[in-house]
Amino acid sequence: MMEVNTYIESGILELYVFGTLSESERLEVSQMAEKYPEIQEEIISIEKAVISLSYSMAPYLSAANYDRIKDNLIEKHGKVVEMKPKPNTFSYIGWAAAVLLMAGFSWQYTQLDSAKNQIASVTTENDTLVKELNTVKLYQTQTESLLAVVRDQNNTVVSLGGQAVSPESKAKVYWNQNTQTVYVDAAGLPEPPEGFVYQVWALKLDPLTPTSIGLLDNFKTNDSRLFAVSNASGAEAFGITLEPAGGSVSPTLEQLYTLGKV
Amino acid sequence: MTQEELLPLILKKDDKAFTLMYDMYSKNLYGVIYNLINDREEAEDVLQEVFVKIWKNIEQYNESKGRFFTWIINIARNTTIDKLRSKGFNNSRKNLSSDNFVHLLDDSNKLSHMIDSIGIQEFVKKLKPKCIQIINLLFFKGYTQQEASDELEIPLGTVKTQNRNCINDLRNFLRV
Repeated sequence: MMEVNTYIESGILELYVFGTLSESERLEVSQMAEKYPEIQEEIISIEKAVISLSYSMAPYLSAANYDRIKDNLIEKHGKVVEMKPKPNTFSYIGWAAAVLLMAGFSWQYTQLDSAKNQIASVTTENDTLVKELNTVKLYQTQTESLLAVVRDQNNTVVSLGGQAVSPESKAKVYWNQNTQTVYVDAAGLPEPPEGFVYQVWALKLDPLTPTSIGLLDNFKTNDSRLFAVSNASGAEAFGITLEPAGGSVSPTLEQLYTLGKV
Repeated sequence: MTQEELLPLILKKDDKAFTLMYDMYSKNLYGVIYNLINDREEAEDVLQEVFVKIWKNIEQYNESKGRFFTWIINIARNTTIDKLRSKGFNNSRKNLSSDNFVHLLDDSNKLSHMIDSIGIQEFVKKLKPKCIQIINLLFFKGYTQQEASDELEIPLGTVKTQNRNCINDLRNFLRV
């Protein structure tokens, strides 16, 4: 068993999954994997990590690509079959049989046609369902990513309360002390009016020094209302003001929506 | 659906299997291709070429060639590298200028195109810079150990184990 562990720890299985081993090394790993289930399991786990990693590197891929590839494959693999007439001797019986046969064929053909139509409509339906499923999966991935950000143990969470101009407003700041990244949960803010944008400020209190750490751009289209902003080293409080589109150099304090101390 | 369930369907080569395979792996292959070629339209063309190649050569795949995922990743890498060469971008894989994976964090514009960018930013940030480099070379670019050892100036004997430590960090984060 020690031998199996050493083999796993050597790092050769990772390169097996990456596909960069020589042929003889690859065969050796295949044989080891067949012999020891632990090695096979390890290979599958490594593969999962690499699948997530490569998936995460892909930009948006439109569904039109699938159709293009599918069309391309059908074009190349579709075939036309030609029928050649054969000479024949005919009797009355032969003719009669032929007529009957033709009738049978045309009936079969109608049946076939309707079956084909059914298949086509089921396939379309199926494609739609697959697309819907993908959307749901994607949504789930996004939600999981957001949860991972919010749940991080290294977060300092700062609650920002509503101010005079909008007492109902609230927001939360997740400040990750490890990575020094800051996320703002702005679900408790009203939609900004046309031509205005929320701006986030990191504040030092004595003397009061505001530093802009970012705009909550595309507020309407960001369904999660969770925004990444710049890091905020040394911040003692956070505030969010409403500013003209593009943001301001210093905060418009009359339009201070929320404020909270670290 | 797992790879093990998909394989027999693929080898039968029916239409459903193609759709399933596309759904399972198109984004992974696109991620690898895009990382090498750094242009979305070019990457889409290569992706198309890759799927046609996979489908045409599917009879050549069997389990002695390794994991199916590995086999298709290799097709994606090789097709992309051929494409880059034919376009005269560079003569060698070593000179490929695009290192999206490495520069992911420098360029927030690029990130905004990525759908679940917040999660990725988080997990790539958690990797050590050395790990980002080594994974970029060995996985995304398909370097051999010798090539990676030369490029990163680390002893040949430690390439495998350093890479394993990095993949372990990733696995801990992903809990796989």
